[in-house]
Amino acid sequence: MSQTITIDPVTRIEGHATITIRLDDAGEVADARFHVTEFRGFEQFCIGRSIWEMPGLTARICGICPVSHSIAAARAGDAILGVRIPPAAALLRRLANHASLIQSHALSFFHLSAADLLLGMESDPARRNLVGLLESRPDVARNGIRLRQIGQRIVTLVAGQSVHPSWTAPGGVRVPLAPARRDEIAALLPDGFAIVRAGLALLDEIYQRHAAEIGACGDFPSLFAGLVAADGGLEYYDGLFRFTDSHGVIVEEIPPEHYDLVVGERAESWSYMQFPYFLARADSEDRGMYRVGPLARLNICDSAGTPEADRELLAFRAQRSGEWGAVTGSFHYHHARLIEILHALERIREILDNPDLLDHHVRSEAGVNRPTGVGVCEAPRGILFHDYEVDDNGIIQRLNLLIATGQNNLAMNRTIRQLAGAFIKGGQFSEGILNRIEHGIRAYDPCLSCATHAYGRMPLRLQLLAPEGTLLDQLARP
Amino acid sequence: MNRKRGGKVRLATVWLGGCSGCHMSFLDLDERLIELAGQAELVFSPFIDTKEFPAGVDVALVEGAVNNRANLAMAETIRARSRSVVSLGDCAVTGNVTSMRNILPVAATLAPFGGTGEAPFRFDYAAVPELLPRALPLHQVIAVDGFVPGCPPDPDRIWTAIGCLLRGEPVQLPEEMRSFG
Repeated sequence: MSQTITIDPVTRIEGHATITIRLDDAGEVADARFHVTEFRGFEQFCIGRSIWEMPGLTARICGICPVSHSIAAARAGDAILGVRIPPAAALLRRLANHASLIQSHALSFFHLSAADLLLGMESDPARRNLVGLLESRPDVARNGIRLRQIGQRIVTLVAGQSVHPSWTAPGGVRVPLAPARRDEIAALLPDGFAIVRAGLALLDEIYQRHAAEIGACGDFPSLFAGLVAADGGLEYYDGLFRFTDSHGVIVEEIPPEHYDLVVGERAESWSYMQFPYFLARADSEDRGMYRVGPLARLNICDSAGTPEADRELLAFRAQRSGEWGAVTGSFHYHHARLIEILHALERIREILDNPDLLDHHVRSEAGVNRPTGVGVCEAPRGILFHDYEVDDNGIIQRLNLLIATGQNNLAMNRTIRQLAGAFIKGGQFSEGILNRIEHGIRAYDPCLSCATHAYGRMPLRLQLLAPEGTLLDQLARP
Repeated sequence: MNRKRGGKVRLATVWLGGCSGCHMSFLDLDERLIELAGQAELVFSPFIDTKEFPAGVDVALVEGAVNNRANLAMAETIRARSRSVVSLGDCAVTGNVTSMRNILPVAATLAPFGGTGEAPFRFDYAAVPELLPRALPLHQVIAVDGFVPGCPPDPDRIWTAIGCLLRGEPVQLPEEMRSFG
């Protein structure tokens, strides 16, 4: 008799979703699905809006990465205006994007995942959160709060406010950076470096504690995708859209505005999040699955390009599986996130030293010169595309948003199947095992507010189904 | 607030149809979160592992519009189990960006998934909740005791509102904290 286990809602992720796990007659895992359960419809209701309001409007797709959405929207606008934005504007956008990544990654690592990583997947669910961490590991929890604050403060100093700043615009940004603000940002960096180094020092403990499960947490071959600089370096704002395979071989590298030549999107009736895939491998066993975000970025780049991050990248790449050439385990997203914070701090320090940064010329003025524009940047969770088509007045006629988390959808589903298969045997499972499976999703730091969430009535529902699907019995536990 | 002497206020934060920006602004309380943890017990929130909205909640801060059937059911549960329900942010207060889809029929909103107007893509509504015909502000589906506007409300606003609630008073914001956007 088959059973379905429902985890509803998935907690400590940035958004809400449910997981269902179907067991076969023998109690072994037959299938597992990650359901994204909310949909807000930006691609439709933005039609008819002006490109000038798109950065402010699409920032509201997500309160966690509003800066990335507003930058991608502004960049689509730049392309439609056909302008080259002033150097100071590009530096400021990069600065805000790096700071946004710091706060988002700090949130993922310290606020949402550290309790799993440091207290244990099976620890008391009532304390397995930031408050519990404050009691048992107060330094770690306070560091996380402080690091996220540093990222948010830098965004505020550059863009005016931390969440939904109305600051980028097609053609550049609205406000230049005052020297006093630059100095205040510089004063925040030493604290940031100290905290992220302390975070990296926790990794030994984390890897030891979780040695038994790392291999089941999304460790499989896949493609990896994201931006790289012209020299192959780690890049978040400009450059080329690169795909590598699990051996580290480059299989595609194109200008990002042609993303639709290599990526397709599928829909499934059981999720509001679409399933992007690499078109050329649509018929393969993994259906064109690729991963984006910190793990992918560190796999696809030739180097980080900053001294401390390059040293850490060597240590990271030592985790490569023997079978494949890339770091294929999704557990390593956590490690990659810390390295990216370190890299972002180093890049911010470089940008602050750039004499162009304080230039008052931050916006190129122009009207609509082209009917289409694709804007791209690396958001904390992976590469983000805003693709707009407008009329002569800049009114949106069509848009496609290819969101980072969506691009991990196939891999997240595969990860929970792998974890469920490894830990649920003979129909037996515990709360801790279900939390391990949720953690498999947390590793990707999915940002589902782009398309998400539900609240279930029952924390766990076990349904006993007859072979033809009739509900025979159900159990709920509080 | 009728809480036991020395007991903590039972606080819930809920995210309905919004972008989580209000929750991010809540986290922007930074060190004040530690102070808050001394006075209130977070009993339900996206940041903790409680799966079911518990009974006996003193204060529920609710972000987001009521966008689908799951949001609607959750809103009713929140009301039934909470002494004080507060709309946090413009989506809960007015519908804001979430309600921008209200100019379209639901089928048109779902058009990116494929299908045509006559034969739209069919979702399995046992797996994902059906969208309501319109996204609604929270007070249109349940009685609401307080409002904290802003997209998002800045942390000082949230802290001021929480201060009122911890003292058992209604949410009263000074004029400069009552703006939208």
